[in-house]
Amino acid sequence: MGVRTARPPLRLTLAARHPALSFLARRIGAALLLLLVVSILIFAGTQLLPGDVANAVLGRNATPEALTSLRHQLQLDQPASERYVDWLTGVLHGDLGESVSAHTAIWPFIRPRLANTAILALCTVLLMVPLALALGVLAATRAGRPLDHFVSVVSLAMISIPEFVTGTMLALVFATTLGALPALSLIGPGETALDNPEILILPIATLLAASLAQTTRMVRAGMIESLRSEYVAMARLNGFDERRVVTRYALRNALAPTVQVIALNIQWLVGGIVVTETVFGYPGIGHTLVDAVSTRDIPLVQSIALIIAAFYFAVNIVADLLVVFLIPKLRTAQ
Amino acid sequence: MRSWTGRIGAAIVIVLVLVAAIGPLVAPYSPTAIVGIPYQAPSGRFLLGTDSLGRDVLSRVLYGGRTVIGLASVATLMAYLVGVTIGLIAGYRRGLTDATLMRAMDVVIAFPPILLLLVLATGAGANALVLVIGVAITHVPGIARVVRAATLDVSVRGYVEAAAARGERSGFILGREILPNISSTILADVGIRLSGSILLVASVNYLGLGLRPPTADWALMISENREALTTQPPAVVVPALLIAALTIAVNLVADAVARSFGTSVEERGVAR
Repeated sequence: MGVRTARPPLRLTLAARHPALSFLARRIGAALLLLLVVSILIFAGTQLLPGDVANAVLGRNATPEALTSLRHQLQLDQPASERYVDWLTGVLHGDLGESVSAHTAIWPFIRPRLANTAILALCTVLLMVPLALALGVLAATRAGRPLDHFVSVVSLAMISIPEFVTGTMLALVFATTLGALPALSLIGPGETALDNPEILILPIATLLAASLAQTTRMVRAGMIESLRSEYVAMARLNGFDERRVVTRYALRNALAPTVQVIALNIQWLVGGIVVTETVFGYPGIGHTLVDAVSTRDIPLVQSIALIIAAFYFAVNIVADLLVVFLIPKLRTAQ
Repeated sequence: MRSWTGRIGAAIVIVLVLVAAIGPLVAPYSPTAIVGIPYQAPSGRFLLGTDSLGRDVLSRVLYGGRTVIGLASVATLMAYLVGVTIGLIAGYRRGLTDATLMRAMDVVIAFPPILLLLVLATGAGANALVLVIGVAITHVPGIARVVRAATLDVSVRGYVEAAAARGERSGFILGREILPNISSTILADVGIRLSGSILLVASVNYLGLGLRPPTADWALMISENREALTTQPPAVVVPALLIAALTIAVNLVADAVARSFGTSVEERGVAR
C-alpha cells in the first residue's frame, strides 16, 4: 500500500503520434532537396557550351552589337553561380524570366500551353486507369489461357511502337484516308482544346496505345502475384466464390503496388506527351519545349524542364500519400 | 529460346539488321542525290517513289536503318560499360563510396529520359554524339543498381573472401571473381535496354534534335515527308513500318530472354 510506481510521463514524439504524417513530411523534404539538385543540373545542362549560345540563337549573320546585347540579356557576362541564384530566386517569386525567341515573359506565354497539356494528360489518364485495371484483372484471372496470351502479345507490340509511329499511322488512317478526324490538332488564339474536342481524339489514342498496354501488363503481373498468395488460397478454401475472392481479397491487396504502377506510368507519359504533341502540332508545353530546344531558347527550356521535373516529383508524392491512405498498416507502423 | 514469339522476333531482327548492313550495297541511288521531282509516286524507276526533295525513297530506306540500330547499340554498350563499373565499385567498396555513387544515380533517375536528352541537346548541341551519350546516361542508374545488388550478394561468398585473403588486387577480384559470377544477372535485361535505346534514339531523331538532314534515317524520313501522307504515302509508311517492326521484334526477343532468366518486361517497363 502506498507504494507508487513511478511512471515515466508518456511523451510521444510527433513522429510516433503521426507516423504517416512524418513519413510524408520526410518524403516531401527529400523530394524538394532532390528537386533543388535537379534544378542545378537543368541550369548547368542547358548551357554546357555557354560561349556558343548567343551565336546559336542569332545565327551566323548577327551583328556584334546584337550578340553583346543578347549576352547581356542572358547575363552571360556574369558568373554561372550568380546567374543560377538569380534564376532560382526569380522562379520562387513566380518570375520565370523572358523567352529569347518569343520575346515575351515566359509565364504568360506557357500558361495556356500548360492548360492544353493538362487537358490532354488528364483525359488520357482518366481513360487509362479504369481500362488498365479492367484489362489487367481480366488477363490475370485468365492467366495462361488464350485471352491472356492475346492480351500479352498485343500489349507487348503496342508498348514497343514509338509514339511518333503510332501517331503518324493513326493520322494516315483516320485523317487522310477516312477523313473522319483532323490530322493536325491546332488550336486558335484565345481558344482551348475543349472548344474543339475532336482534335483531342488522335493524340489521346496515340498516348493510350503505349501507356494502356504497359499499365495493363503491370497490373496483370501484380494481380497474378496476389492471386498466388496464401490469403487468396485461404479465401478459396473458405468456399467464397471466385468473384469475391478476386475483388475482395486479391485486388484489395494488389492495390498498393497498382497505385505505384499507375504513378510510374503517368510519369512515363511525359516522354509520350512531348512526342505526341509534336506529331499533331498540338500547342502544349511538350511541343513548346521541342521548339525551344531547336531555337536554343535557354530560359524557356529551363522553365519547362523545371515544371516537368516538379510534376514528376509531385506524382511520386501523391502516389505515396495514396498508398499510406489505402494500407492501414502503414499508418500505424513505425 | 523456347517461345515461338521470341523466335519470330529474332528472325525479324536478323532480317532488319541484314537490310541495314547490306542495303547500302544494293541501293539503286545515292541516299542524298536528288534524282527526280519531289513526291513522285512509285514507278519502275523509283520503286517507292521520291521524297520531299526528289530523292529516291527506296535508297534512303536501305541506308536509313544503320543509324537507328547503330546509335542505339553504341548507346546501350556505353551504358553497360559505365553502369557495370559504377555498380561493381559501389557494391564492393560499400560505405561512403557506395552512398555517394547511388545518390548520384538517384538524381539521374529523377529526370524523365526524354527531358534529360532535350536538356543536353540544348546545352551541348543537337547532334548524334550528344544523343548517344544522353541515351547511355538514362540507362546507367538502372544498370548500376542491378549490378550493385548482385555484387553485394556475391562479395561475401567464400571465393571472393579467399581472393581477398590471398592479397589479390581489387581490380582482379572485381573482374575475375565477381563479374563472371553476376554476368547472367547483368545480361538478363540487355534486350529490354536495347529496345529502350532504339525508342529514344528514334524519337529524338524524329523531333529533329539528333541526326541532321540530309542523313538518311527512318525516323527523320517520317518527319521530313509527313506532309505527303496523302499524296506519297510510301515515303512515310515504309520507314514507319520498319521502325515498328524493329522495335516490336527486339521487344519480343527481349521478353523471351528476360523470361528465360526469370524476370519479365513488365517488371522493368520500357523507358520512354
